[in-house]
Order: sequence, then structure tokens, then C-alpha cells
Amino acid sequence: MTDEIQAIEALQDNAPLKPHRSHSAEVWLQFRQHKGALIGGAFIIFITLFVLIGPWIWQVDPGKLDIRAKDYRPIYTAIWDSEARVSWAHPLGSDQLGRDGLANMIYGGRTSMAVGWAAMLLALFLGASVGVLAGYFKRLDGPLMRATDLFLSLPILPLMLVAVTLFRQPLRTMFDSPEAGMFILIVGVIGITSWMHTARIVRGDILALKEREFVLAARSAGTRSRGIIMRHLLPNVISPIVVSATFGLATAIITESSLSFLGVGFPSDFPTWGKMLADAVPRMTEYPERVMLPGIAISLTVLAVNFLGDGLRDALDLRIRGR
Amino acid sequence: MLTYTIRRVVLSIPTLLFIALVIFLLLQLAPGDPMAQVPLTVPPEVKEKMREALGLGAPWYVQFWKWLVQFFWIEPQVFIDWLFGTGLTDGAQRVISWQTRSPVMDIVVQRLPQTLWVVGLAYVVAFLIAIPVGIYSAYKQYSSFDQVGTFITMIGFSIPPFFTGPLLIVIFSVWLGWFPSIYDTTHEVNSWESFGYQIKQMIMPVMVLALQVTAQVSRFMRASMLDNLKQDYVRTARAKGLPERAVLLVHVLRNSMISVVTVIALAIPAIFGGAIITEVVFKVNGIGQLLITALFANDMPMVMTLTFIFALLIVVFNIIADVLYGVLDPRIRYD
Repeated sequence: MTDEIQAIEALQDNAPLKPHRSHSAEVWLQFRQHKGALIGGAFIIFITLFVLIGPWIWQVDPGKLDIRAKDYRPIYTAIWDSEARVSWAHPLGSDQLGRDGLANMIYGGRTSMAVGWAAMLLALFLGASVGVLAGYFKRLDGPLMRATDLFLSLPILPLMLVAVTLFRQPLRTMFDSPEAGMFILIVGVIGITSWMHTARIVRGDILALKEREFVLAARSAGTRSRGIIMRHLLPNVISPIVVSATFGLATAIITESSLSFLGVGFPSDFPTWGKMLADAVPRMTEYPERVMLPGIAISLTVLAVNFLGDGLRDALDLRIRGR
Repeated sequence: MLTYTIRRVVLSIPTLLFIALVIFLLLQLAPGDPMAQVPLTVPPEVKEKMREALGLGAPWYVQFWKWLVQFFWIEPQVFIDWLFGTGLTDGAQRVISWQTRSPVMDIVVQRLPQTLWVVGLAYVVAFLIAIPVGIYSAYKQYSSFDQVGTFITMIGFSIPPFFTGPLLIVIFSVWLGWFPSIYDTTHEVNSWESFGYQIKQMIMPVMVLALQVTAQVSRFMRASMLDNLKQDYVRTARAKGLPERAVLLVHVLRNSMISVVTVIALAIPAIFGGAIITEVVFKVNGIGQLLITALFANDMPMVMTLTFIFALLIVVFNIIADVLYGVLDPRIRYD
């Protein structure tokens, strides 16, 4: 009775057809196919290092006024204009008050990236919580989704303008530094107004997942709702969350820059890319680089994040894998 | 269809009321004092009277109710008066701006057409560009046209309007001198020449907004065409010998438009946000620019009314999109 049942010869697999690959290896292989995403990812790493390590390498105070060294052009201007006022002390030029361009780019990028990341994480947390709760608990679905629809029809930018302008004074005084108050306000405002898309996507996925057998199995094994959500459902919706996180980061960076551009962002001595751009607009005919540099920095960062998101979506989407 | 539209309009009323309440409470919670600009030499009791004159003495729900009545009851009557020359609203209190001491709606009526023109034209231009591009790049997927188109839409998606605006100004009005950099709001169209000037000054604001919309619409158009091209009905249509043109432009296009309309409806708030920035960049005197000046001047009734008008516009466009959805997709039955 010990002899094993033999499969038909054609159905026998003596060796695996191809080497087994883990999930993350599969994702990486697919991700590598997408050239734009690779370049985008590399650029994001570069810009993050630029703003994080930059201040140690280029030790110039971005707020230092040096009126004698004002209006330097970027160093590359010398290539076509030998008369241009350039100096290696200011590789990216200086503004009308003599503040160093490179230092401002580094610190401005720091703010923009920090606001982008923090606002994205907040929006992600809100969106994922609302999505999971609405998808899992039938009782909460109606009200939460009505709230989501309501938020989707809010005039976001006007409301942000109103909130930031009206609450800047008390929040500035509440914290020891005005920047900290402003940072919390802007991150909060962006986060609260941009969680809706994540919530919708997560809810849709949860609705489909919770009918699956493994959830039923977990429930019949006596797992509580909390455990089912944390251990069984959340890991399965991580890929749509990651994809919407990248797009959230892009939107958050643009929104913060728009607020700075409209003059309701951080205090005037605190550089951000959006504010540098806004400050340079009145003199853009004489010094176009002061508009171009922060503008290109914002656009390239957002472009890179969008490409990365595109690549991640393709890589994490099981349906289109292997095409 | 009509009943659905009516029901959709009726259902949007609580939404609008709620949005109005949110805006109002936000303004109430804000610590800004409209009396902050009044000189310190003014005695406190006079200040108190001034507050009451501004309607600030009453509790917030009374203020909110009064604003609702003024906006939804008195202002439509003022409009009827203006249309037919009747006298329904003689002596009635309207929403008064603290900056100009004149009714807010009078200023809004002057400003609203510019915003709607710019946003509306941007939409039209964007659709005229985006739909053919989306169709063709889906039909020839992975062709060089598709690759270039995808890349360009990605760029359009990523460059914020406050950068494209100054960029266009530097290129087209400073270097080339083709278009004026500032929107001349006193310009009157009364001849072909002045009409030409009007077009010239609208091109740049419209293009900045249209770039944003084009990028979004053509991306979604392409994605949704690709989804539909793989469906069985396309094979059936081809198999029964329909010309390729009819398959694409009648069958697939109409089905693809369904999901594109949804996306457009979701993108409307972002478009109005972009419109505010465009108005600031090109100094168009629309309601976006009005909102910014009112905010900096601490003009609460104006801010309240304008923000609500933005919400109203978004809700109205959403309803239009929903109704269009039903027109495009006969499978949807509203009953």
C-alpha cells in the first residue's frame, strides 16, 4: 500500500520550469522594464541626497544678506557671455539681496520635499483608514463614502488659501519658531484635502478582498476584525496604496509650491522653491534663471515622481505582468 | 433623464449647504479681527457699534442664516429686478463687501465672465487636442507617436501652471513679443481689430490651463481606448465588415468617453485651482484674483461668497458631467 500514485508521464515535472522568484524579485524585474521609472527613481534619490547632504557640502547660509555680492549670474552664463557677472563663490548666482542661489535651492528643496513627504504620509494614513473602515464595516460605508464625495466636490485651493491665511498668525505664535507652525499648518491642510482618491481605491479593493476565502478562513479561526484588517487585508492593498502615495507626493509638492507662489506659504525669509519662483517673477526678463532653476527643480521632481508611480503601478499590477 | 437631472440637482442642495457651513465655520474659527485696522484712538464703545454694524454682534448661527437668506433669497430677487425692472428687493440687505462697501454680487457679476471664459475655452481647446491624440496613440500603441505623446503628456502633467505661466510670458511676450503679458481688462471688443487683440491676450492664459487639462484627458483617453479596443464587441464590429473608421470613432470612442467623463468630473476642482493661479500670473481680473485680494484685505463676506461660488461652480459642473454620463452610456438607467 505504500507505492505512490504515479502521474501520467506528460504531467510529471521533474524540475521546476523556471527558477522560483520571490514576489519582490518579480516586481523588480517588471519595474526594470520601465526606463522612465528607473530614471525617475534615480532622480528622486539624487534630489533627496542633494537636499539632505547638500548643506554639509555647500556651507553657505541661505538667508545671509550680502548686498555687495548681489545679482550674480549662474556660472554657466560665462559660456556664452564673457561679460556676465559670475563668481565661483555663487555657482548658481545670487538674488537682488545677495543671497546665494545654490544654498537657497538646497534649503528650498528641503522644505518642499519635507512638506511633500509629510503631507503625502498624512493623506495616505487618512485615505487608507477611511478606505479600510468603509470597505470592511458595512455600517460605516454609507456615511464615509458620502463624506468622501463631499470632500471631492470641495473647492480645494480656495479653501486652502482661506485656511492658511486665517490660521497662520495663531499657529506661528503657538510654536517657538514661525516655520514650525507654518509647516504643521500647510502639511495638515494639504493632507486633509487630498486623501479622497486613496480612500476610494482602498475601499474598492477591500470590498473585493473581504469576500475571499482566506478572510473567511481567518474569521472562522476566530480572528477578530482588527487582526483580519491588519494581518490579512492591509498587506493585500499595499500596492495600490504605494502607487497612490507616489501621485500624492507629486500633488503635495505642487500644492505647497502653489501656496508659496500665491504668497500664503512660509514666512518670507524661509526659502522654498515656490517662493523663490514667485519672488523672481518680477525680474524674470533680466534674470530668467531665477525663475527657471526653481521651476525646473519642481517640474523635474514631480515628473520623476510621476514616472516612478507609473512604473510602480505597472510592476505591482499582477494582471499586466509578463506582457 | 429629466427626472434624474432634477433629482441630482435636489440632492446637491444639502451638499452645497454643508459646504457653505464648512466655509462659514472656518471663517468663524479664524482669529482674524476685522476691527484690527481701526485706529487705537477709536473708543471701545464705538468699536462695539461698528462691529454690530458689520453684523458681527449676533451668534454664528444667526449670521449664517442671514448669509444664507441673503445669498439664496435676496440675490436671486436682485437678479430678477435687474432683468425685468421690478422692485422686489427695495431696501433689502444684500451681502456687502467690507472693502468696497458695495454688494459682493455686483463685483462678482463683473468678474465671473472672465473666469468662465478662460476655464471654458481651456476645456474646449484641451478636448480638441486631447481626444484625437488619445485616440491615435491608443490605436497605434507603442508607436513613436504614442511614445512622444505619452512623454509630452507626462510633462504637461508635471509642470505646474505657476511655472508654465511665467515661462510663456518670457518666451512669447518678452522675446518674441507676440502676445501681451498682462490681460487688459478694460479692453472692449467692437471691431475686428479689437477682437483680434482680445484673442491674442486670451491665448496665453488659456494655453496654460489647457496644457494641464490636455495632459490629463489624453492620458485617460488613451488608457480607456486601450481597454475598449480589446473588447469582444470591437472584434464583432470588425468581423461584420464595418470600416475601421466607424469601429474606432463610433463604437470604441463612445464607450471610451464614458470613463473619460468621470475623470474629468473629478479633475474639476483642480482646474479651478489652476484658474486662480493663471489669473494671478496674467493679472486677469477673474474671481480667483478677486479671492486673493479679498483674503489679504480680510474681507470676510467677499471671501465667504467667493469660496462658495467656487463650490457652486464645481457642483454644477459635476452635475453636468453626471448627466453627460447618462447620455453617453445608455446602459445606465436612472429610475
